[in-house]
Amino acid sequence: MAGIGDAHLRAPGESLLRVENLVVEFPSGRGQKVHAVTDVNLDVLEGETLGLVGESGCGKSTTGKAIMQLPSPTSGRVLFGGQDLTDVKGEDLRTLRTQLQMIFQDPISSLNPRRRIEDIVAEGLNIWKTGTKSERADKVDKMLLTVGLDPKVVRGRRPHQFSGGQCQRISIARAVVTEPRLIVCDEPVSALDVSVQAQILNLLEDMKARYQLTMVFIAHDLAVVKNISDRVAVMYLGRLCEVGDPDLLYANPAHPYTAALLSAIPVADPTVKPDQRETLGGEIPSPLSPPSGCRFRTRCPRADDQCRNEVPVMAQVEGDHFVACHHPIAPGESIEGTVNLAGALAKALA
Amino acid sequence: MTTVPPEVSPLGLTLEAAPHAAAESTATRKKGLGIASWLAIAWLTIMVGSAALADVLPLKDPNAGVAPKRFAPFQSGGPILGADANGRDMLSRTIYGGRISLIIAVCSILVGLFIGGFLGLLAGYFRNWLGNILVGLFDILLAIPQLVLALSLVSVLKGDPNIPEGFHLPIILVLIIALGLVSIPILARITRASTLSWSQRDFVTAARAQGAGHGRILFREVLPNVAPAMFSITLLGMAIAIVAEGGLAILGVSVEPPQSTWGTMIATGKSELDGAPFILWIPIAAVFLTAVSLNYLGDVIRDRFDVRESAL
Amino acid sequence: MTDLTADPAEIVEPADPAVGEVLLQVTDLSTSFTSDRGTVRAVRDVSITLRRGRTLGVVGESGSGKSVLARSIMGLMPSNATRTGSVEFGGVEILNAPPKAMRKFWGEQMAMVFQDPMTALNPVLRVEQQITESLHEHLDLTKDQAHDTALALLTSVGIPEPARRLRMYPHEMSGGMRQRIMIAIALACGPKMLFADEPTTALDVTVQAQILDLLQALQRDRQMAMILVTHDLGVVAGRAHDIAVMYAGQIVEQASAEALFARVRHPYTEALLKSIPKLEMAKHTRLEAIGGRPPDLVDLPVGCKFAARCPYAQDRCREEEPELLPDPDDASHLVRCFFPVSVAASAALQATAPVAGEELA
Repeated sequence: MAGIGDAHLRAPGESLLRVENLVVEFPSGRGQKVHAVTDVNLDVLEGETLGLVGESGCGKSTTGKAIMQLPSPTSGRVLFGGQDLTDVKGEDLRTLRTQLQMIFQDPISSLNPRRRIEDIVAEGLNIWKTGTKSERADKVDKMLLTVGLDPKVVRGRRPHQFSGGQCQRISIARAVVTEPRLIVCDEPVSALDVSVQAQILNLLEDMKARYQLTMVFIAHDLAVVKNISDRVAVMYLGRLCEVGDPDLLYANPAHPYTAALLSAIPVADPTVKPDQRETLGGEIPSPLSPPSGCRFRTRCPRADDQCRNEVPVMAQVEGDHFVACHHPIAPGESIEGTVNLAGALAKALA
Repeated sequence: MTTVPPEVSPLGLTLEAAPHAAAESTATRKKGLGIASWLAIAWLTIMVGSAALADVLPLKDPNAGVAPKRFAPFQSGGPILGADANGRDMLSRTIYGGRISLIIAVCSILVGLFIGGFLGLLAGYFRNWLGNILVGLFDILLAIPQLVLALSLVSVLKGDPNIPEGFHLPIILVLIIALGLVSIPILARITRASTLSWSQRDFVTAARAQGAGHGRILFREVLPNVAPAMFSITLLGMAIAIVAEGGLAILGVSVEPPQSTWGTMIATGKSELDGAPFILWIPIAAVFLTAVSLNYLGDVIRDRFDVRESAL
Repeated sequence: MTDLTADPAEIVEPADPAVGEVLLQVTDLSTSFTSDRGTVRAVRDVSITLRRGRTLGVVGESGSGKSVLARSIMGLMPSNATRTGSVEFGGVEILNAPPKAMRKFWGEQMAMVFQDPMTALNPVLRVEQQITESLHEHLDLTKDQAHDTALALLTSVGIPEPARRLRMYPHEMSGGMRQRIMIAIALACGPKMLFADEPTTALDVTVQAQILDLLQALQRDRQMAMILVTHDLGVVAGRAHDIAVMYAGQIVEQASAEALFARVRHPYTEALLKSIPKLEMAKHTRLEAIGGRPPDLVDLPVGCKFAARCPYAQDRCREEEPELLPDPDDASHLVRCFFPVSVAASAALQATAPVAGEELA
């Protein structure tokens, strides 16, 4: 990927969230800039879950924070219900923020260790003085109950008395209690054990159905993202590679990067020997000076001069499946046969 | 298999309680204070208590000769801690001197804590131009030697000797302001460091996402986590202030006789080192024990309130 | 110690005579820690046999004791730990060896690759110093020899431009490069045995594949024995010869990788496989989560430690603790369960729970 274009966007009126030409840059020492997110277009329909997947440094978390305006992006538009959040400032933004909530990766860092669980969950209600005090307490209890915690026992305790999975339940309760329309989940299960991870993923699905939530789900684990998403966007080094329905995208990855990611996942099956599969060589280049053209070209076995000179534009593959690649893998084309990733490894190590 | 709880999750989930609740919190939190902590607390209680009640306690007049000059301590028939070069009761002088020393130390550190702590909180939370300006300010203040800064502040605040007496600030107030101003950058730097790390936690971002304003975040989310560090450094700061007051007194900047502080007692006791060294050693011991007690309790408090962040 | 009468699951490649020699024999190893809350029984009665050239995958969730087990075998213990049992390495009992003897052991005989290369590497030392440190310590090399060895090591772990990298500090490198450096340091003195404690958990998936491939290649070339500790069954499935699944400080199931995946016997292993989201699943497939949490290691329940979360648990499971016994059909397949299941991993992987919030009871 590493491409531009907006072929994958739906009609502007349909989406709850529409991100246009999002750019996030941070200053780095010696006048250099970190190009964290470059020209990304995304949209999420009401009630949809968009999975944002990629390796560390691909800009997926930065995109999530930019949607939340925490902080605001360098440029681009973030349309939420038709309103551009980047134009809203001060008090109006504070008010609007309650409609967008966030769940974080680190269950420990995301809860204030000095506050009681009831205060943590009630915070959003207390800020806006929603209802009377007893109505708020009632709402908090109901929400704790909904996420599977016994309010009678849990209310007065502090975060350190809970396990990681329980802390994530509390985070979910805090995010949902103010009845937001959109929740950005930033790697909410990556710090959890597999058995707990399944509990939290199921809970998120249930909460989404019960409270008609729209979600942006950020993760590095492709299987997790597929499980929870209606639509998946693959990012690499600040740009989008491939967008589509997960069932289509995972069955026929069109972008060489997506294909490599999929093949790198360890399979719980000893008959599939990993050394028979292809490994992607090299590592993600520095976002201080990303490669010209397609940003994946330095690791891509298919790269040529066109990839060096032109940024690929998002184009439809089939149905709800779009790719930004000059030489996409055709549906049905054998990845192993045409993509010599071992060659890339040798090249990268040379 | 499990007893069904009276309330049921709307999602049909089995309700969970806090797993590490009962056993752990009592076991780790209620660990008793060590003997050293109790000794420190006892010493400080005696010092503060006697200073506060000095007027009610059956003490001799600290400014009147009541015994033979340089009467040695622990002798029958005279003051228990002996008498100074003018025959004044050393016990009484130490308590009354301690009263002024402690007032100066506590008040100056409170000035430093409120102003320095607040600026440190701002500097750590706002990592923009405001934070940068404040940090620059702290660095400049820290670059000036503390004693020089305090001395010059005192001489400025004492004002022009030609001005009529009534317009002068009381010397105690002058010392409080001077030592307080000196402690501001130190307390601010420490508060800022702690604020910096706490305000980068996700729960601060979560509060912003819920629409909390900066004030609410600073005082509800960040301050409770920074406060133990600030409290601990406040105790250390008091110890430093007591010693610093002594230093200023030795340099001749302190209260005027007949008032005295531990500092002035040390300053005047210097000349008695040959004949009656106890006149010097008693106020030094008072300063030393008080400073050690404060330092030790500061450490204990920091360790105790070090927040437990995980169940494991 | 050369016990070549191996059981069928441990087929020895006859080409190399060094392969198959029993290198590590752990018998009834238990480790506990004293804490404010009481004694934490982190590892209980673990027995392991490991031969040269073979990889044992130790799988478990956090708190299962998998990392403590690796450190207990190596003797890298904090002062509040107590170990009992026996650890024989190359025929020598090392459990109670004095620290000085163990220092000689570490590096030359056994080495460890840690999870987080950023904290395991010293941030203020250049890479070259960190690699040559143990070379000087153990091998008595001159400065030039050490430099050449370090260069060769970096090349062998697939680091491009090794001469330049030697002069760098850890923070100047990516996570994958740092992990390669860690591996180079571990291999510096040619250990016979390598412990890899979650070596790829902190890394991205494409880099994880590179590092796992590298570890596997190095292990094969050097005929090392390796213990690969991980929470991810997928990581060990294709790379370990044998797999031990741990729960609450005990091994609950142990077999060759093929046997384990062909016929999962322990309900915990089955539940673990079921709870992982799989790429083959359609989107929004309901996951079969394991309800509840692992037991408190300070206050372990009587009976089977998994009983409280086990869908098949009977009264006996809550009263009596099962032993780790050979499966009647396959003596090399050990399982700690009164009522073992018998499912193929592939079947467990496809299993789905249909109802929202269904409770395991």
